Amino acid sequence: MNPTVMQLTARSLLARRRALLLLALPVVLLGLCALARVLAGFDDGLAESIDSGFATNLLGSFGIGVVMPLLGLIAGTGSIGPEIDEGSIVYLLAKPLNRYQIVVSKLVVAVGVLVAFGVVPVAVAGLVLTGSLGGITAAYTLGALVAGVAYAALFLLLAVVTRNAVVIGLVYALVWESLLGTLAPGAQTLSVQQWALAVVELVLGDDATLLGVESAVSLTTGVVLLLVVALGCTAYAGRRLQALRLTGEA
Amino acid sequence: MATIDLAQVSRWYGNVVAVNDVSMRLEPGVTGLLGPNGAGKSTLITMMAGFLPPSAGSVTLDGRALHGDPSVYREIGLVPEREEMYDAVTGWTFVLANARLHRLPDPEAAARRAIDTVEMADAQDRDIRGYSKGMKQRIKMATAIVHDPTVLLLDEPFNGMDPRQRLHLMELLHRLGDEGRTILFSSHILEEVEQIAGRIEVMVAGRHAASGDFREIRRLMTQRPHQYMIRSSDDRALAAAVIADGSTSGVGLDGDGVHVQATDFAAFVHALPRLAADRGIRLLEVRPADESLESVFSYLVTR
Repeated sequence: MNPTVMQLTARSLLARRRALLLLALPVVLLGLCALARVLAGFDDGLAESIDSGFATNLLGSFGIGVVMPLLGLIAGTGSIGPEIDEGSIVYLLAKPLNRYQIVVSKLVVAVGVLVAFGVVPVAVAGLVLTGSLGGITAAYTLGALVAGVAYAALFLLLAVVTRNAVVIGLVYALVWESLLGTLAPGAQTLSVQQWALAVVELVLGDDATLLGVESAVSLTTGVVLLLVVALGCTAYAGRRLQALRLTGEA
Repeated sequence: MATIDLAQVSRWYGNVVAVNDVSMRLEPGVTGLLGPNGAGKSTLITMMAGFLPPSAGSVTLDGRALHGDPSVYREIGLVPEREEMYDAVTGWTFVLANARLHRLPDPEAAARRAIDTVEMADAQDRDIRGYSKGMKQRIKMATAIVHDPTVLLLDEPFNGMDPRQRLHLMELLHRLGDEGRTILFSSHILEEVEQIAGRIEVMVAGRHAASGDFREIRRLMTQRPHQYMIRSSDDRALAAAVIADGSTSGVGLDGDGVHVQATDFAAFVHALPRLAADRGIRLLEVRPADESLESVFSYLVTR
């Protein structure tokens, strides 16, 4: 890791407008939770459903299913994509720096942003919904973290490989994971969301079946694929950065 | 002392040949890379900066291949053509970050020195996004010289500069060249190159069209008509003698003196003193009338 690369990455990633975009998703998540909690105060039936399935649904479908991939997309591609598009990456590349070190530094910043804007809000949402930091909250916080690392690595690689990273990433996150996942169950095997749910399932233990939390993949598959994606994407991104061709023409 | 060698370098993108069989050697001092837009100058500089492997041939710095080895950037400073930088930070922060990325022992001192050199100390604490084009160019320059490189590559550094900034950068390049650095800058504007470059490499349509001191380039092209302005003790007699000689194709007379169009450059410069001496005419001034880079260049382009 290189602190200077991290500093420059963080400064551009958190530049005014993008920071607002990053903030929108956790605000929606926490807003929904607060609303549910307030309404539950007036309605016993709702209170009951929060305890049984609502919390896991919201944290799983919205937290891990929507907030994390979208944040991962913004932070993962945003940590390197604009620099490659603009050509300012040349200031990092024209230095005696290991290219893998550049990628890892940027990944760490992206993950840091995901923790601040995604993982922590999921933990807070869990706390608001369940009133406890253990059990469901702990499970989904860990799930959000592993999903965040995988998404960040995946989308960072995408930004190194193609200039259409945001579009392709959106198609993956929305079409592949959400739509195709429900229509063609096989597609779920290759879904970061499902791998993360396998981790959630592990932490929940026996409660998982009770709460109806079920991943499409086994724990081993999930963990192995998470590791393969996170490490593989990072290593390949470093290699591609090594061979990145700057054409010189704008 | 650093030398960049290009040996039979070609670079193509698919079917498009951007650089075609170019060989040149860059030595300490300021070299101008001249050519119209699209001549392959940027591609050449990108290869010299190690960001693009040649499709054929080799690009080396003191014998080391330039592509795929980040350690060469200890020796090289690059001023890219594109303006974008990390503009959410101040000029000072950005130059300091560049010094740190080079792992210099005293990055603060190096950044201060570089910013002083480009005279940006007054504006160093403002965000880069608020800089004018010329200020951005100077900060880019500071990032390129912060590690005291032996090689400096500048892609169209004078673009968007006002005359005063241009003059300042010219002086700076002169000074850095005199210190023994190997400096290459590209330009499509002739008077820029003419004013600072000791050597000129001319690229036209991907080919290396000419090389050397621009007067030298000019002399190499003997088939091109050369024009001279001559003042003498008897202009009319000299004009008659000159046109009678086989080395000229036209002579004109006006209040300034004799204008001569020489077809055979070498023969004319030998014949002129003899013609004058034979007739007892004193030559007061012999001046090439079109020795500007502009005319050399337009000739090369149309050749």
